[in-house]
Amino acid sequence: MRRIPVDGNPGKLAGPRIRRVLASGVVLTAAITLAACGTSGPSGSAGNSSSKSLTMWALNDQTILKDSVDAYNKDHPDAKITLRLFANDDYKQKLRVAFGANQAPDIFFSWGGGALNDYVKAGKVDALTESGAGTGRFTPSVMQSATFDGKVYGVPANGLAPVVLYYNKKVLADAGVEPPKTYDDLLAAVKKLKAKDVVPISLAANSKWPTLMYLEYLLDREGGAQVFTDIAAGDAEKWKDPAVTEANQRLQELAKAGAFGDNASSVSYDQGASTALLYTGKAGMELMGTWEYANIAKAAPDFLKDGDLGYTAFPSIPGGAGDANSIVGNPSNFLSLNSATKNKSAALSYFKDYVLDDSQVDSYLAAGSVPPVKGLESKLAAVESFTDKDWLTFVYDLVQNAPGFQLSWDQALPSDQADPLLTNTDKSFLGQLAPADFGTNMSKAGS
Amino acid sequence: MTLTASTRRRSGGSGLLMAAPALLLFGLFGLVPLVGVVALSLARWDGLGSIGWAGLANWGDTLTDGATWQALGLTVKVMAVSWLVQTPIALALGVFQAPRGRVRALFAVLFFLPLLLSAVAIGLTWQALLDPSFGIGATPGLHWLAQPLLGSPDLALYTVIFVIAWQFVPFHALLYQAGIRQIPTALYEAAALDGAGPVARFLHITLPQLKYTMVTSSTLMLVGSLTYFDLIFVLSGGTGGPGTATRVLPLAMYITGFQAHDMGRASAVATLLVVFGLGLSMLMTRLSGFTRMDSQQEGM
Repeated sequence: MRRIPVDGNPGKLAGPRIRRVLASGVVLTAAITLAACGTSGPSGSAGNSSSKSLTMWALNDQTILKDSVDAYNKDHPDAKITLRLFANDDYKQKLRVAFGANQAPDIFFSWGGGALNDYVKAGKVDALTESGAGTGRFTPSVMQSATFDGKVYGVPANGLAPVVLYYNKKVLADAGVEPPKTYDDLLAAVKKLKAKDVVPISLAANSKWPTLMYLEYLLDREGGAQVFTDIAAGDAEKWKDPAVTEANQRLQELAKAGAFGDNASSVSYDQGASTALLYTGKAGMELMGTWEYANIAKAAPDFLKDGDLGYTAFPSIPGGAGDANSIVGNPSNFLSLNSATKNKSAALSYFKDYVLDDSQVDSYLAAGSVPPVKGLESKLAAVESFTDKDWLTFVYDLVQNAPGFQLSWDQALPSDQADPLLTNTDKSFLGQLAPADFGTNMSKAGS
Repeated sequence: MTLTASTRRRSGGSGLLMAAPALLLFGLFGLVPLVGVVALSLARWDGLGSIGWAGLANWGDTLTDGATWQALGLTVKVMAVSWLVQTPIALALGVFQAPRGRVRALFAVLFFLPLLLSAVAIGLTWQALLDPSFGIGATPGLHWLAQPLLGSPDLALYTVIFVIAWQFVPFHALLYQAGIRQIPTALYEAAALDGAGPVARFLHITLPQLKYTMVTSSTLMLVGSLTYFDLIFVLSGGTGGPGTATRVLPLAMYITGFQAHDMGRASAVATLLVVFGLGLSMLMTRLSGFTRMDSQQEGM
């Protein structure tokens, strides 16, 4: 193709001078672009902010948390918090990279546990106190997830999220099944539901972490809370505890009995299909965190209004060493303070006076979520919707009566073990691993 | 004019100047990171704390780990099967699209659509489509599709390869279409006069004339699948699952680096990928005589 003549000389291509001008123009443009790359990046972050403003990162589903920032900004118009919200999936990676590059926010949102401890060990997070941040008003069992070496490194930012067993009352009634109280009940229920041609338990195994919830509960019921507590404390040999093998045996027993249907390994949690199976009546039960209640309320409000959603604690294992009242899940999400922040006192006053304050607590309760704050009985009694009140009371009592609240394993362990954990869980679920190999593999990954 | 010597020198300098932006960008975004990655593969770094010297420990771990070789095996499988699936389909589509005509142009536009979508959009769409309970398998008459296509360790990799093909066949079809349009019509006319049928014309004119298009397309396909990441990441929920059935080498690198935060080992895997990719493209160009680029139209 012929280029359009530049110098008005038809038929002749641009002369060498013009070419040189063009070339240097390109070089110049490239140089400017490169220079611009060098200075860009989030402005006002902890490392280089000079004003009194703060930056904060959280997940984009935290709309109630956002209200607390708005309230703070209203009261402090000259020293605002800039809140940036991110999607769940790659938030952890983004935060990690930001810390590595000294571009991290002043206040950040996390799950507590091993991942937060990584930052604590690297000296990136400041400890919080009762007098500074008001850490004393929260439920103690929840604070365990953000406490390392006796010091607190975060304040809870949203509701309690233990894992509970949801069920579709209609589907269970059709099959003549009672909500399972023991593991044997569960197995019997699986057989009856299967005979009715529904998926007994909906599971999003493609995402792997939902499968892990079974191992967490099964090990807790079988071997007691101490086994994993030791593992989380760094004793990788404890993965070889016989109770770990038995937990895997039971997971595989459930899978072989057809508890999860034929398609569980294709179902991804984020697509919402595992939730949909439950409320459309294609599945009988689902084991999931308490956030599922809000998801169901959003996706199928009528299902909730008709009172078809049931929920109960994970079944007990008779003869197991664990306490049937123990729970696992995510005690809460936490907000922590970047130790490089220039404006510590502002961040602390936000923690103390705005995070989970009275109006925040009310908002969470109205959204079907119980915040980890002490002495909620009177507030719970005042909730108007019966469906919500039953649910909130169930969650609150579950947590109050629990002798222990085990943080999800993938959050509790250091982040370099999270992937081996999820992969081995998935392989165990798929039957690609002998039950005993799970512990062997994990003790290798953890040592 | 007596400018010859100085013009030559000037045009030589101008050539270098013209190449400078590309060289600069390649150096900054290609070579510098590459050196950095090789250096990091000898270090211990979790992305947060200080960087420590690890010597060859990362390399030892990576090379003795069965998971690395499994990931490499899967990568080679994706490459080979992708080539086998995509090349014939792309060639057929290219042959179909090459002659001018309204219907063909319409189809060409339709075929081209997948290439305009981002890999993440494609991944999420196919994930929803392939959902056994609520996807296409739920359509009456298509119940045979209600299988754990992405969930079965035996099927997942082939499902992923299918979706990759769906995305990239249009691009390669476009290459072949352009290649076919470059073939002088005189060749076909002469062959037709000699009584050659459509099959003979395809086998004896189109295919040989497309040799270099095929080399280009194959190189892009093979090297491209070697580093292919985003679609597999989305389709497997970021885990390379079920189990590790779709954990190709780039995904293993990402998981090691950004989920397990072992930057040293991830860099070793990355270096392995670079070496493998470099070797592959050098082998391709050597085997195919691509660098010689002889004219196929001598005497025309």
